[in-house]
Amino acid sequence: MRWAVIQFPGSNCDQDAFHVLKNVLGQEVSYVWHKDTSLNGADAVVVPGGFSYGDYLRCGAIARFSPIMPAVKEAAAQGKTVLGICNGFQILCEAGLLPGVLVRNTSLHFRCETITVRVENPASRFTSEYLAGQVLRLPIAHGEGHYVADEATLDALFQNKQVLFSYCDAQGRTTPEGNPNGSQRNIAGITNRAGNVLGLMPHPERASEKILGSYDGLALFQSILSSAKVTI
Amino acid sequence: MIRAQVIVRPRKSIFDPQGDAVCRAIQHLGVSAVKHAHVGKCIELELEGEDIDQARAQLETICQDLLSNPVIEDYVLTLQPADKK
Repeated sequence: MRWAVIQFPGSNCDQDAFHVLKNVLGQEVSYVWHKDTSLNGADAVVVPGGFSYGDYLRCGAIARFSPIMPAVKEAAAQGKTVLGICNGFQILCEAGLLPGVLVRNTSLHFRCETITVRVENPASRFTSEYLAGQVLRLPIAHGEGHYVADEATLDALFQNKQVLFSYCDAQGRTTPEGNPNGSQRNIAGITNRAGNVLGLMPHPERASEKILGSYDGLALFQSILSSAKVTI
Repeated sequence: MIRAQVIVRPRKSIFDPQGDAVCRAIQHLGVSAVKHAHVGKCIELELEGEDIDQARAQLETICQDLLSNPVIEDYVLTLQPADKK
């Protein structure tokens, strides 16, 4: 499977994603600069975390107009896999590839810690290697991760099983205490209606090797590969 | 020259933690009459040209696409001729 990892000025999780894909999973992966206009035929795209354009104006607001974004939108329309992590999630929302928007954490604090999320829908191309209700330990590092959408959008996200991950406590309960940023309905990660574009605030690429303390994120990448019938 | 000002505000229905923190700080300083605070942005632009209507039409699009996110924010755009130097 051929992967593209996009680099914006201010991306800082691009190398983590590249490392996991290439060195842990043995995938063909290349960086794509934000001023490029082609994904060079990649089957899957990672929009990585960081602070694209310094997060000026709003997180992701300027990156969505980068020259590479029409190619990302085209890949999404073709049903290719698009994975936005943290700042990548913010960019995909600003670009209209995912509904809603991410705003300042309710606490006003930048949260950098390991949290727990619950797998809500294991029947997606991003979660097929997980179990329903499985609790994952994943790192977060964000100041603007509070997911906001109107009530009708939130209802539709749950009805269509587009919510893949919810913030939860260690027992898997979606309590306010288990919600690190005030996200509505504890939403941590959602897909588009077609199910090929995922945005999530936690960092699976930083939790894909045993040495890092958690490798609960690895199955997300393995799910994408197994859904594409790729054997590792 | 034309001078434009865009005020971007969080929508009333969206919880504004910054405004809430500012409101509490003001109350803490003894001005308890302040009951609500909303924190937004003020963006000032200077444009070439004299045609205010044309500038407004161009900037409305920019306000909607870039300077505000309609999911969470409202904006007010005002334009006026800049003082001649």
